[in-house]
Amino acid sequence: MSDKNNNPLLQLEHIGKEYYGNRVLTDISFSVEPGEIIGLVGENGAGKSTLLNILFGMPVIASTGGYEGDMRVDGKAVHFTSPNQALAAGIGMVHQEFSLIPGFTATENILLNREVLNGSVMSYVFSDRVSTLDRDAMGRRASQALNTLGVNISPDMVVSEMPVGYKQFIEIAREIDRKNTRLLFLDEPTAVLTESEAEILLLALKKLARSGIAIVFISHRLNEIKELCSRIIVLRDGRLITDSFAEDLTIRQIASLMVGRESERKEEPEPEEPEERPIPEEAVEVPDVNLVLNPKPEKKKKKVKPALKVEHLWVDMPGETVRDVSFEVRKGEIFGIGGLAGHGKLGIPNGIMGLYPAGGKVRLFGRSLTLNKPRAALGRRMAFVSEDRRGVGLLLDEPLDWNITFTAMQTQGRFLMGIPFIFQMRNEYAMRKEAQKFIDALSIKCTGPSQKAGELSGGNQQKVCLAKAFVLRPDILLICEPTRGIDIGAKTLVLDTLKNYNKEHGTTIIITSSELEELRSVCDRVAIVGDGRIAGVLPASSPAEEFGMLMMGQARREEEEAEESA
Amino acid sequence: MMNEIMNQAITFALNNAVLAAVIGIIALVIILALLMGSGRIFRKLFDLMANNAVPAIFIIISAFAIPLSGYSASYLVQELLTRIGRNSFLILSLLIPIMAGMGLNFGMVLGAMAGQIGLLMICDWGVVGIPGMILACLVGTPIAVILGIFCGAVLNRAKGREMVTSYILGFFINGVYQLVVLYFMGWIIPITNPALLLSRGYGVRNAVSLLGIRGVLDNLIPSIVAGTTQGQQFLSANGSGAFFLVHIPFFDGAVRIPLATLIVIALFCAFIVWFRRTKLGQDMRAIGQSQSVADSAGIAVNRTRIIAIVISTVLACYGQIIYLQNMGTLNTYNSHDQAGMFSIAALLIGGASVSRASIANVFVGVILFHLMFIVAPVAGKNLIGDAQIGEYFRVFVSYGIIAIALVLHAWKRNREREAARRSLRGNRGGDN
Repeated sequence: MSDKNNNPLLQLEHIGKEYYGNRVLTDISFSVEPGEIIGLVGENGAGKSTLLNILFGMPVIASTGGYEGDMRVDGKAVHFTSPNQALAAGIGMVHQEFSLIPGFTATENILLNREVLNGSVMSYVFSDRVSTLDRDAMGRRASQALNTLGVNISPDMVVSEMPVGYKQFIEIAREIDRKNTRLLFLDEPTAVLTESEAEILLLALKKLARSGIAIVFISHRLNEIKELCSRIIVLRDGRLITDSFAEDLTIRQIASLMVGRESERKEEPEPEEPEERPIPEEAVEVPDVNLVLNPKPEKKKKKVKPALKVEHLWVDMPGETVRDVSFEVRKGEIFGIGGLAGHGKLGIPNGIMGLYPAGGKVRLFGRSLTLNKPRAALGRRMAFVSEDRRGVGLLLDEPLDWNITFTAMQTQGRFLMGIPFIFQMRNEYAMRKEAQKFIDALSIKCTGPSQKAGELSGGNQQKVCLAKAFVLRPDILLICEPTRGIDIGAKTLVLDTLKNYNKEHGTTIIITSSELEELRSVCDRVAIVGDGRIAGVLPASSPAEEFGMLMMGQARREEEEAEESA
Repeated sequence: MMNEIMNQAITFALNNAVLAAVIGIIALVIILALLMGSGRIFRKLFDLMANNAVPAIFIIISAFAIPLSGYSASYLVQELLTRIGRNSFLILSLLIPIMAGMGLNFGMVLGAMAGQIGLLMICDWGVVGIPGMILACLVGTPIAVILGIFCGAVLNRAKGREMVTSYILGFFINGVYQLVVLYFMGWIIPITNPALLLSRGYGVRNAVSLLGIRGVLDNLIPSIVAGTTQGQQFLSANGSGAFFLVHIPFFDGAVRIPLATLIVIALFCAFIVWFRRTKLGQDMRAIGQSQSVADSAGIAVNRTRIIAIVISTVLACYGQIIYLQNMGTLNTYNSHDQAGMFSIAALLIGGASVSRASIANVFVGVILFHLMFIVAPVAGKNLIGDAQIGEYFRVFVSYGIIAIALVLHAWKRNREREAARRSLRGNRGGDN
């Protein structure tokens, strides 16, 4: 670290944050020196975005009770209450989503709200806003900023016509053009770039750092972090795990720090034992389940047709784009789909079920499935539990028996009485009986089948969703984020339910979850999705570190290289 | 002789109508075929047609209706010039909110009402001529500003639904306007001129004569354009020397030009061109495209949106004053009603959309829309034998065209959204 200044550019001391009693950040302290490039890494939910929100004084922080700890810029304590204050203090931010105006040119975007104005008499009478723009001067300033980055983009190009990679440069150029910018935060700037674009960006950032601007670089691409940054900070579960020089860490070490395991422990015989968030019963059961279930499908592997075969699937689900995914799920297995948020893992089940526009081939027990028609998927005895429990999963204002039997009634014509196609009505008695059966079986805490679904707790709502899927007597059950937003006790129950159902009925289950530990404890095999593609499929008993490497996009690259050389 | 020509024209037109129907059906088939086909050239051609569908339909209809109506060229030119002078200013007032992404400002009727209150006051005070018009503007401006701020503040609470909100707001303010004009004028607001008041002593009559300012702006610089012979006839009939005469060879007839009004409109166009180049104009364009981005760049979004509506309302106030000085009578309770609807219809016919409008759209729109207004009743009478058909046509067209434009806008926006996501779809992996 440089000693040019007595005070570091930015110093964080014991920053902490709670959202409604849910602790997301604990005691984060680090400092940033001028000209330094710091890599900030962590899984989803590690607290990176909360930290950024605090740094930029986003209103969401103040409205949820502020934060703990102190923040200093040049040694002076600061407390930003709006992003503009952070900008004024010389902290710039390049967002993950582009904040560019599509119909404007590069120049207009770089100088947005900082336009060069011609002086005029009118501006004295009214305000500066009635002065005309000096487009020549604006063009010059924009090209200057772009040149600093070392990219060759015409300042007159309209943003909507630019390749995605260019947009990122425009965003950064905008921050550079701000004269007082001394510290630049980049939130996953390379996620949308091609490799050659990313290289140009890294070069540009190094150039910037040499001019004295400090950079905090957030990325999931660890090799970039390793190449670019001088220091690396790892966050996990809201805590600062490591703050050390880049030379001292290998990519493998960073990956394991992020997912929560020391790399030295990888050789140990019981890698399944969770360290941070214990799910007590699971920890003991897991090895058994794996031992019992794993050999079975492997024996039958060559005889049995795969239950679900997906080839070159693409799904246009906003925020969860699936680009090209192929995998097979064996009959009777529990298959996990994991990966970071936004990389497309949720898009896979949603696309297969026809909830979002999709293409490619999906074969169910050898017969191809019509995509883009939820009804077709349901008709083939597939059941789906959505990650959007309150939006897609439940009719919140309707009673439990309706909720549980609704899909079965609509798609399979059950729980109805009367003459089909002519006059049919609900069979309330059968509905109640079925609902009561599941309430008992899943021990759903409620006043009875006539209670409204919206009144239940998250965990019990999730059980209702499961019951709704079980009623369909599915051959394949697709479940998204089964434990999202429910407490630990309920988590265990939900996961146990799934395991038991699989054991009793031999139903093939596909679970999509952000919680890797959970997938490893329940599933037979786990596929990791990255950038809308399958990064790899591993048996659940593989060490956590392997999964970590897949998530960070390491293994895929290695595989690709191997394929190329082959 | 006349009848014979007319009959010939009608048979010709009827034959052509059949022809037109055939052409129309073929065109429809082609459009559908293009919709199905996905070739790039077809797509481009289709885009071009889709983008200009509304003006194209109007040009086609006019092409049939003009010969049917039997009007002379000079009559049509005269009528069009009068209507350009009368309506352009009102339509131009719509441009700035569109730039700020607030859609078609149905709330412009608020400005029209403010202008009418200004006119009522000068009628009462007996100020005539150009000073009367200026005074009416001065009275109307503060009212328009206050209504504009109110309207802008309401629209800021209804982001994304500006059009329907401003439409309903027009009805609400209309109620307030009626309360003021029908009950307060002559009671709380002193009105001394008995010719204005209802016989009960308060409230303004339905029809108010604006003789004092009738045509003062239009005739401020008297000028005509005429062929040589007609020009001489016109001068001898109206007194020579009073008119600014421009001879155009081979032109049949004489046309009065509302020169001063056109100059005012030209100045206003210059204002809009200048305004687009200011910081404020740039901010409005930014907000129009993305409020969230503009906001994160530190642009005061809500304030700027209010400014856009205030400017629009004040300009609509002036526009209504210009409109009524041409008409010469004020329908106290109806004049403003149609101002918004007809201006918006004209703008859309000119090829504008909810999110994009230019000065050219205004003039193309006002010409096409009013050409239709002039020729449709006569064409209808000549074709069907009933002048009323033209009147139906008029209403049908103005509301229909707004509906079509709104549907086209929604359709186009959906398509653009899909196009934007196209890169995310399909098998990208197959390329390697």
